[in-house]
Amino acid sequence: MPRPGFVLEVDRSTPPILTWRGDGFSLERLPVERSRVIYPAEPEAGLPDPDGAIDEALDHPLGDSEPIGALLRPGMRLTIAFDDVSLPLPPMRRPDNRQRVIEAVLDRAATAGVDDVVLVAALALHRRMTEAELRHALGDRVYDAFAPEGRLLQHDAEDPDGLVHLGLTDRGEDVEINRRAAESDLLVYVNINLVSMDGGHKSVATGLASYRSLRHHHNVRTMRQSRSFMDQHHSELHSANWRMGRLIAASGVKVFQVETTLNNDAFPSQLGFLQRREWEWTARDRAAYLATTGALRAGSDRLNRSVFQSVKAPYAMTGVFAGEVEAVHAATTEAVFRQQLVPVEGQTDVALFGLPHVCPYNVHSIMNPILVMCMGLGYLFNLYRGRPIVREGGVAILFHPTPRAFHPVHHPSYIDFFEEVLADTTDPVQIEKTYEERFATDEWYRHLYRTGHAYHGVHPFYMRYWGAHALEHLGRVIVVGGDPPTVRRLGFLPASTLDDALEMASDVVGPGSTISHFHCPPVLMADVS
Amino acid sequence: MKALLVERSAPRFAAARLSSGWHGQLAAQVGPLRLVEADPPTLPGARWRRVRPLLAGICGSDLATLGGRSSRWFEPLVSFPFVPGHEVVGVDEGGQRVVVQPILGCGPRGIDPPCAACAAGRTNRCGHLAAGHLQPGLQTGYCADTGGGWSEELVAHESQLHPVPAGLSDEAAVLVEPVACAVHGALCAPGGDDLTAVVVGAGTLGLGVVAALARYRPDVSCILAVAKHPHQQRLATELGASVVTEPDSLRRAVRRRTGSWMLPGGQLTGGAELVVDCVGTAASLADALAVVAPGGTVALVGMAGRVGVDLTGLWQREVRLQGAYAYGPEPLAGDRHSFELAFELVGAAGLERLVSARYPLGRYAEAVAHAGSGARGSVKVVFDPRRRRPEGTI
Repeated sequence: MPRPGFVLEVDRSTPPILTWRGDGFSLERLPVERSRVIYPAEPEAGLPDPDGAIDEALDHPLGDSEPIGALLRPGMRLTIAFDDVSLPLPPMRRPDNRQRVIEAVLDRAATAGVDDVVLVAALALHRRMTEAELRHALGDRVYDAFAPEGRLLQHDAEDPDGLVHLGLTDRGEDVEINRRAAESDLLVYVNINLVSMDGGHKSVATGLASYRSLRHHHNVRTMRQSRSFMDQHHSELHSANWRMGRLIAASGVKVFQVETTLNNDAFPSQLGFLQRREWEWTARDRAAYLATTGALRAGSDRLNRSVFQSVKAPYAMTGVFAGEVEAVHAATTEAVFRQQLVPVEGQTDVALFGLPHVCPYNVHSIMNPILVMCMGLGYLFNLYRGRPIVREGGVAILFHPTPRAFHPVHHPSYIDFFEEVLADTTDPVQIEKTYEERFATDEWYRHLYRTGHAYHGVHPFYMRYWGAHALEHLGRVIVVGGDPPTVRRLGFLPASTLDDALEMASDVVGPGSTISHFHCPPVLMADVS
Repeated sequence: MKALLVERSAPRFAAARLSSGWHGQLAAQVGPLRLVEADPPTLPGARWRRVRPLLAGICGSDLATLGGRSSRWFEPLVSFPFVPGHEVVGVDEGGQRVVVQPILGCGPRGIDPPCAACAAGRTNRCGHLAAGHLQPGLQTGYCADTGGGWSEELVAHESQLHPVPAGLSDEAAVLVEPVACAVHGALCAPGGDDLTAVVVGAGTLGLGVVAALARYRPDVSCILAVAKHPHQQRLATELGASVVTEPDSLRRAVRRRTGSWMLPGGQLTGGAELVVDCVGTAASLADALAVVAPGGTVALVGMAGRVGVDLTGLWQREVRLQGAYAYGPEPLAGDRHSFELAFELVGAAGLERLVSARYPLGRYAEAVAHAGSGARGSVKVVFDPRRRRPEGTI
């Protein structure tokens, strides 16, 4: 029986706490009697028969949906959309959930005599996936059956011929999505729900949308009103997507949603110490920690990055739900919360966030400074329900080397965002007002997004907006170990050690501050009372 | 009188060249420059005047000469030994403050009638720089007969002397000559409409070009300055640059401004209509050629030497490479002379702020090293030959 997540109050017997620092980690000794560590639950057991569970879900759907077999018929147009390379993190070992589900759907389509089947990677404004990434997600059998015939597509949010405008929501929001998906007789969307933000109407309304549509909810106002965007019922991001999703359904687009959940078994056994509680480390764990940190010290940044990016998580599928979007998502959310929610009592003055090597936008890539900001203040800060773990006006301390390094192919507009926009202002509102449109409509970025492997020109703006709620909430952000000029460009303060950072934090929150250490990954979500 | 003298000494030039890359002060000590007690130069003719320098600047071309990096192109155009210093504000025999226009064209050389270029006022294109009654020397400061600004006295032809208005400080006046070069560089390329101009380099010339573009080129709507050091970046902004970028970021900054694409090799599909290279190295010229628009102009204002650069883009994109030496009448400014415009500009733009340090002649090694190091926060380092005591910098 896996143990649930819990909160450890730090006392004199507490060992140093493992803290991520990008492509590496350290052990940090926390101040006693005013610090606490929020630990994730241990991994739940996976489904004993994932393929059987998928069959069961497809044949006994939730909500008012018919079984998928009843929705398939000869001569129909079937589109299967699936989550892109941003999920899960780290990438999971084969077979990926997407492969399992899509193979099951394709078997039924073949049985039903459906010939017109197209797969679409739901990129939104993310970069196009490589062949290796597609093969990993879909499996070689699916890839080889569809890619050579041009039936494996990647959504293009800038293709004027490949999009269709379905109308406006009652708030005046444009709903424009992938034409093939919208004009199919059935759209099956296959999710991997790593966190509670994923899935629901967001799958189609975001994953298959255009910039024209996305800008209605990927903006500063929406993100500031999403508290947090991991909590659907207090998230304007979700409200907007739900309005759009319902309009999509009302437009006649038939969506059959499939959502899958994972446990939080994020690291292979040789890195098992990363998800064990420090006082329970065995001699083998300690040896593995020392060997790993020693090797990382000896390795170059490039080599270390390469090693970390090759990590495949031994995630196990814990649930699969299919059918009508909202009914499916309710069940999925419950399953995600069951694994990830950790009850936490009250807020502290300071929160510590060690940033891991990967976020949704640097798979097989570089976590550039803007992604560092997004990972810390976007994702980790928002992994809460109720209230943030740090009080309003408090301090977030991030741990990351924050090198001024960018992947020139994946993140071309990020480089310009860093050089031009952040050199002018770090205020998200000003950034949005002054610069977004120019970057979003830049022909060169558009070309690279559509034909290469580049994120859309506007994507770095969204990363900044992703942190807008945290930036409004916090009194100061400090980055331990970060490259000082780079950290300052982000609008944060650099510190060399945790002690330095806590001293700097005391200028804002006073001496003797209370501290929460967010022990993630594996993913957890603080349920703050 | 005391003077800094450059003698023809191959070993000293070689020693300077070897050491200049890693230790500026040592290079100045072992190089061809020496402090000497010398007789004042004799007056070459009736229309010549004696001038006591008040301030004399150290120019990039001086540093190249002292560092043994000058092109051999100049060998027949200089005469040894010579006293350097062609950026000079001084006092003539009548007590009038004057700026020396250093070109030794037909007038100072007593050649009558003058060549066609000099007759048109374009002394910078004079064909008689090695003729007449003077020894060879393209400018005061490179001629054995005239002396130079790095001394207590020089001689100048009356056509070379420009009175300094009463309201102009010595620090402003000493910048008139280099700023006139900058004005010429800013005005040498064809006019247009809504142009983007890139200025590579942010020393005296580069900052002067920025100021000149801002004042005299209304057809330029965006001045993008490339500056390495923080003080240069601040000054470029103050003097009128719309965008200031570091060298490594230049291509992307021009791409953003001009809406170009950047091809996998780093080439831009578009670019700036005018690029002014105020450095003159292979790297700066390569940068300039990388960001100039098809059909645009690269103006070479910084003194170049032998450089290796790929000219394929220049050929394929029909780029004009335009030299810009010294000064002359400026068609884009109604044929007003660059020197006249420079007098106006140094006052209007407050360019005296570019004078960062003054040294007595005796501390020439430190002065030369300081002038060669932009990282030390300086722009223009000058000699003050009146100073005897090593008072250091201002």
